[in-house]
Amino acid sequence: MPLVKGGHIIADEYVRVTDDAELPAQGAILVSETRFLAGPDALVGRAGGKLGVIWPNNRDVDDLVPYLDRLALVALVFPSFRDGRAYTQARLLRERYGYRGELRATGQVLRDQFVFMLRAGFDAFEVKKQADAEAFTETVKRYSVFYQPAGDGRISALHQRLQLRHSESAGL
Amino acid sequence: MYAYDDIDRTLVNERVAEFRDQVKRRLSGELSEDEFKMLRLQNGVYLQLHAYMYRIAIPYGTLASNQLRRLAHVARRYDRGYGHFTTRQNIQFNWIKLAELPDAMADLAEVGIQSMQTSGNNMRNVTADQWAGVAPGEVEDPRIWAELLRQFTTLHPEFSFLPRKFKIAITASEHDRAAIKIHDIGLRLLKNEQGETGFEVLVGGGLGRSPFIAKTIKPFVHGHDILSYVEAILRVYNQYGRRDNIYKARIKILVHELGIEKFAAEVEEEWQQIREGVLKLDEGIVEDIRSRFFYPAYETQPAMPDELKQAAHDPKFEAWRKNSVFPHKQQGYAIAVVSLKPVGKPPGDATADQMDALADIADKYSFGEIRVGHEQNLALPHVKKRDLPAVWKALEAIGLAIPNVNLVSDIIACPGLDYCSLANARSIPIAQEITRRFANHDTANLIGRLHINISGCINACGHHHVGHIGILGVEKNNEEFYQITIGGRADEGAELGTLIGPAVPYAEVADVVEDIVEAYLALRARPEELFVDTVKRLGVEPFRERVYATR
Repeated sequence: MPLVKGGHIIADEYVRVTDDAELPAQGAILVSETRFLAGPDALVGRAGGKLGVIWPNNRDVDDLVPYLDRLALVALVFPSFRDGRAYTQARLLRERYGYRGELRATGQVLRDQFVFMLRAGFDAFEVKKQADAEAFTETVKRYSVFYQPAGDGRISALHQRLQLRHSESAGL
Repeated sequence: MYAYDDIDRTLVNERVAEFRDQVKRRLSGELSEDEFKMLRLQNGVYLQLHAYMYRIAIPYGTLASNQLRRLAHVARRYDRGYGHFTTRQNIQFNWIKLAELPDAMADLAEVGIQSMQTSGNNMRNVTADQWAGVAPGEVEDPRIWAELLRQFTTLHPEFSFLPRKFKIAITASEHDRAAIKIHDIGLRLLKNEQGETGFEVLVGGGLGRSPFIAKTIKPFVHGHDILSYVEAILRVYNQYGRRDNIYKARIKILVHELGIEKFAAEVEEEWQQIREGVLKLDEGIVEDIRSRFFYPAYETQPAMPDELKQAAHDPKFEAWRKNSVFPHKQQGYAIAVVSLKPVGKPPGDATADQMDALADIADKYSFGEIRVGHEQNLALPHVKKRDLPAVWKALEAIGLAIPNVNLVSDIIACPGLDYCSLANARSIPIAQEITRRFANHDTANLIGRLHINISGCINACGHHHVGHIGILGVEKNNEEFYQITIGGRADEGAELGTLIGPAVPYAEVADVVEDIVEAYLALRARPEELFVDTVKRLGVEPFRERVYATR
């Protein structure tokens, strides 16, 4: 599946390591939450490269919080495009716990979810269809105004109106 | 009226462009039906028995005359010349073509109406008391808050893929016309001791196959905290609401399984984390929304104008006035309800010609404003009392001066098996037959206030659980049967009705309703005792006896 980051389709530097496989000495790795929680300290202390964790959408992100500053990637899961739990997890990681690493959407990731995902704090997307990945830049320009504030820093319509009003009254 | 600004217009236009692209991709095969289904539902498009159905939001039930004319245009241009008003301040068109939907949507966007989130597992159209802003004794206009909630819930980045649909209703009057107790979140606007605006927040109401009356989760949430509090409820629901079984996915089940105390504690914990954050509303923001609501420039008018005194000699006018005209907060003005329940016709339907004519009447007599209520009726909210005779004549001319508001023939019904792919049984023909049985206005008046609600399946779109008489269509051996409940109500004293006995076949439903009504007339303590009060006083037993004695 193509990976989109920073608006471009890029090669995935992470190797997915299954739960029983040996860890490669070098290179960025992505492990399941089961493997991670079985021995988190050894994994975050690994010298060979960056660490990412695939976090399921039915487990509280609280369990991940103590390790966030040592994780380079958190991959959240959309088992179906109808299942929106990972949007909440993403916002909590970004807005409440201040996670700054890569936040990747995986699973059934389709074009028509991109804007929601960006606003929830995702910055990387494992896109199901090649055509959707290619349309990323164009698709995320669909909306230029947003009604509610979220963690993406975009101004909400409520505040935008107040700013307009102030600049009008200041004669600008 | 709330006036759209450039921001609102931009958003709606961007939505239309997005949907046009999605329809194009569906028609080219790029999107599978499964993928497209969710996208069309997020735009109010269902696939029904015969065609696509298109549901459009009328936020908090307030409609401008130019918007109603545009709905008439959509009915004519893209549908079969009529529309159907629903129980949640929406209008539905039943015969629309997929390829033409983006154009219909664009036509509506030009006048500031849209269909975002009128179906699908997201936050639906925020509804309110249809008499908001004009009802006497109202604490304040709840539509300001409904509009804040409308904006907050529209295309929300976290809550657009919830376990199930999510409905919010709001009222600011003691008498609840918005049925807040059967909503996922019900908000009752009130003032605290300091005179500050806030809300009693109720949660977990809903009908369907497991009906629940909403419970109070917090007796007072300050107005400036309302968005963060709603966000906290939704965040708990989005994470912990069940997704394994569609029938257990509504928030009412989560509230029921956790218990209201535990659920409230979860919400409280989440809320404490976010209440001082970006969602806190300062007075400037609330004022900005308030400033974009237009209010009519009322004139000083006599409480009892000569025109009204003269018209009182006409018994037909008087019958309509006594039934359909309600007090207004402004002296000399009145609220005129327009019943969409003519004898023998589907409840809630209006033709394009009726919509156009009603828009003209609203322009001439009601400051260009129309209201849509959950009872599937319309209202002209600001009519000068001296204009009432003229309004009545104008309504008569289009077949809409029907004096049956709140009476036995003012039936709420879902589309049923005539249109809906979920239905087990027909609803509309049952409603039509009952209206024929009670077509005599004097009889209906003698019976008094009596709400009949009909649903064609357990999903309960006709709110049968909270009908004074509730009728639910079920299927038995490929035949239509109907379960009858009595004693339900949807207002501030909301209660679920009680089943009176075994289901009856299609052909007997109207007879059973007649039996129940006759039993009530014989049993009521005095003529003023409403049907629901008699049921409350005596229980269902005497009604059961009457209905089943001969069956």
